[in-house]
Amino acid sequence: MSEAISVHPGAGHAVHHDGHGHHHQSFVSKYIFSQDHKTIAKQFLITGIIWAIIGGLFSVLFRLQLGYPEQSFPILETFFGNWAKGGQIQPEFYYALITMHGTVLVFFVLTAGLSGTFANFLIPLQVGARDMASPFLNMLSYWFFFLASVIMLASLFISTGPASGGWTIYPPLSALGQASSGSIRGMDFWLISMAMFIVSSLLGGINYITTILNMRTKGMSMTRLPLTIWALFFTAVLGVLSFPVLLSGAILLLFDRNLGTSFFLSDIVVNGEILPNEGGSAILFQHLFWFLGHPEVYIILLPAMGMVSEILSVNSRKPIFGYMAMLGSLFAITILAFLVWAHHMFVTGLNPFLGSIFVLLTLLIAVPSAIKVFNWLTTLWRGNIRFTPATLFAIGFVSLFISGGLTGIFLGNSTIDIHLHDTMFVVAHFHIVMGVASMFGMFAGIYHWFPKMFGRYLNNTLGYIHFWVTMIGAYLIFWPMHYQGLAGIPRRYLDKRGWVSFNDFPELDKMITIVSIIVFAVQLMFVFNFFYSIFKGRKVRNKNPWGANTLEWTTPLRPGHGNWDGEIPEVHRWAYDYGKDGREFIPQTEEIGENESKH
Amino acid sequence: MVSDLKIEENYKNSPSGDRGKMHPHKFTMWVAIGSIIMMFAGLTSAFIVKSNQTNWITVELPKAFWISTAIIIASSLTIQMALRSFKQREMGKYRSLIGFTLILGVAFVVFQWFGFEALWSQQITFKGAGAGQFLYVIFGLHAIHVIGGIVTLLIMFIKAFIGKTKLYSAVPVEVVAVYWHFVDLLWIYLLLFFLIIGG
Repeated sequence: MSEAISVHPGAGHAVHHDGHGHHHQSFVSKYIFSQDHKTIAKQFLITGIIWAIIGGLFSVLFRLQLGYPEQSFPILETFFGNWAKGGQIQPEFYYALITMHGTVLVFFVLTAGLSGTFANFLIPLQVGARDMASPFLNMLSYWFFFLASVIMLASLFISTGPASGGWTIYPPLSALGQASSGSIRGMDFWLISMAMFIVSSLLGGINYITTILNMRTKGMSMTRLPLTIWALFFTAVLGVLSFPVLLSGAILLLFDRNLGTSFFLSDIVVNGEILPNEGGSAILFQHLFWFLGHPEVYIILLPAMGMVSEILSVNSRKPIFGYMAMLGSLFAITILAFLVWAHHMFVTGLNPFLGSIFVLLTLLIAVPSAIKVFNWLTTLWRGNIRFTPATLFAIGFVSLFISGGLTGIFLGNSTIDIHLHDTMFVVAHFHIVMGVASMFGMFAGIYHWFPKMFGRYLNNTLGYIHFWVTMIGAYLIFWPMHYQGLAGIPRRYLDKRGWVSFNDFPELDKMITIVSIIVFAVQLMFVFNFFYSIFKGRKVRNKNPWGANTLEWTTPLRPGHGNWDGEIPEVHRWAYDYGKDGREFIPQTEEIGENESKH
Repeated sequence: MVSDLKIEENYKNSPSGDRGKMHPHKFTMWVAIGSIIMMFAGLTSAFIVKSNQTNWITVELPKAFWISTAIIIASSLTIQMALRSFKQREMGKYRSLIGFTLILGVAFVVFQWFGFEALWSQQITFKGAGAGQFLYVIFGLHAIHVIGGIVTLLIMFIKAFIGKTKLYSAVPVEVVAVYWHFVDLLWIYLLLFFLIIGG
């Protein structure tokens, strides 16, 4: 494997002294209520990492139950008391664990932790701006996220437990305390936390869009933007247009829960008691939820796609293949993301004709997705690839995106989906294509931009171990779930031993559990690497360690607030002039030469 | 903290700045408006879906809502005049017009409340099904957006008296005016929506 870090000839920039802050700042204004987009990015990242550990731990706990339903683990009772009576995970606890695992990973880690981190960090740096359009709103965005985090964390300690009706919080389960103990108070915490979270996303999103459209430096036309920025732009558009719809659904649900309205509830009898609600429609909630819920999948996936495009091009020392096609497919995915939500609802009694339209629109997403995969592979093709941990994770992303994308074609067909709905097949599909793939994109981004964030490198050896164990582990965990799902094993079952037909794979379940514990341990190793390297990692001595073209590598080693010491650099070319005219790379700031060939 | 001057520098440097396009803060407001529109689109489309069900109860809008409509339209005029006097450096006129808009904004919210009370007294409550429940939520959320505008106007009103700035940037006033016209138009949309589909 090639040495990841080398000093590239012709980096062309003398190493500047550390860019210090432009004026004196107190500790509080520099690290806590900072308005510097780079600090806010780190705040999002570190909060996201803490949530990832919590959310990951939840999955290890419920995997223990799924792998070893007959065994008791007294240590669980020590930690969780009545929730794990006799060392066995209780049903309510199990449902709370899967609900919070989904909520935390989808929203707090892969939305806030991923696009919160990289949109904040990369947008001003790569478009050539001193900061976001509104640094103040940007700071508010983080603190709303923090507030959302505190409320969600607090909900874990309520006596009746946190929300446990699934991350999709379908009523009536989520609306009635009689239905599940998590719906007594935990769900109110969940809804209020999510309302704060949505405000955070919106404040962030409108800032990202404005900064990209209005704050680009001289010469940075839209088609010279790196694909990271394009991906983050479409992500923000998706968020700004779809999160408010979830907010409206959440508000209506709050009314149903606390003020006796009947938006989603109708004709319900609980233990012989007839509830007064009439005229509500539970399906209406699903429409409102999935109108966000589906774009949310792309809110998670697009930033990873953008970073992977950038990292693969930089590290294969080749221009990205088909820039305009990449851009077009990002655009197509964004449009289609809004038109496919009902494919989550094929078994709700949806009109089959309507269903077939959603099947068609869903399958159409395969076209831009395939274009992207093709372009990533052709970017790598015959490249002079440097297998850094970031490159490996980016390649891992492409692999997972293919594997998970192919099963999407199965599930997008209503005829097959009706059979596979609510089985482990679905769990396998969305974990591979959305969860793990985006996580890989996030890891790739962290390994790649860590030197710019903290002025030090992550440890490479730990990085390689991290990659290989996670890559092999992810396939070992989720691949067998496809077979389980095809064999009819449902999701969400606490203990399958009571059903002969669901009890075919106990050994497989044990294997998945063991692997997930190993993979989780390796993530802890990554977290150690992350925090250790912030303080003790090898120092970056070259402004442009990867020999990349984009503007963030023209800033000082440790840029202060304002990013560039002098003038903001002017841009003269696109971001992907690698291996052109015999030169390894040509930064965007370099003027086009007289005899230069076209790209 | 990066001062506004730095933002200005960046903006003037940018290709979009060169072409004399919109100020970033104003643009931010337009994007935010797009986002708010989506929330009300979600709510009103939920209303349409549910209004097709049987046992749906319609409501007749109380008179208070017509008065508040007149008030908010008037306030749109006053804020536009305030913006013009700010641009012409007529600060005395600007102060009184902003103050007037503020009062009209508060009056709008008060009349919305009267409207709610009138409905409640007709036994249109949170119980049962029908347009009433949606009306409380949708009009209530709109009123919260107006209150947000009122708070901003209040800050601008105070600033207009204590502000010693020599920099006459009309951008903040323009941003608030855009928002205020938006909540006005949003209200007219909601009113027409309930008249045509809910009534």
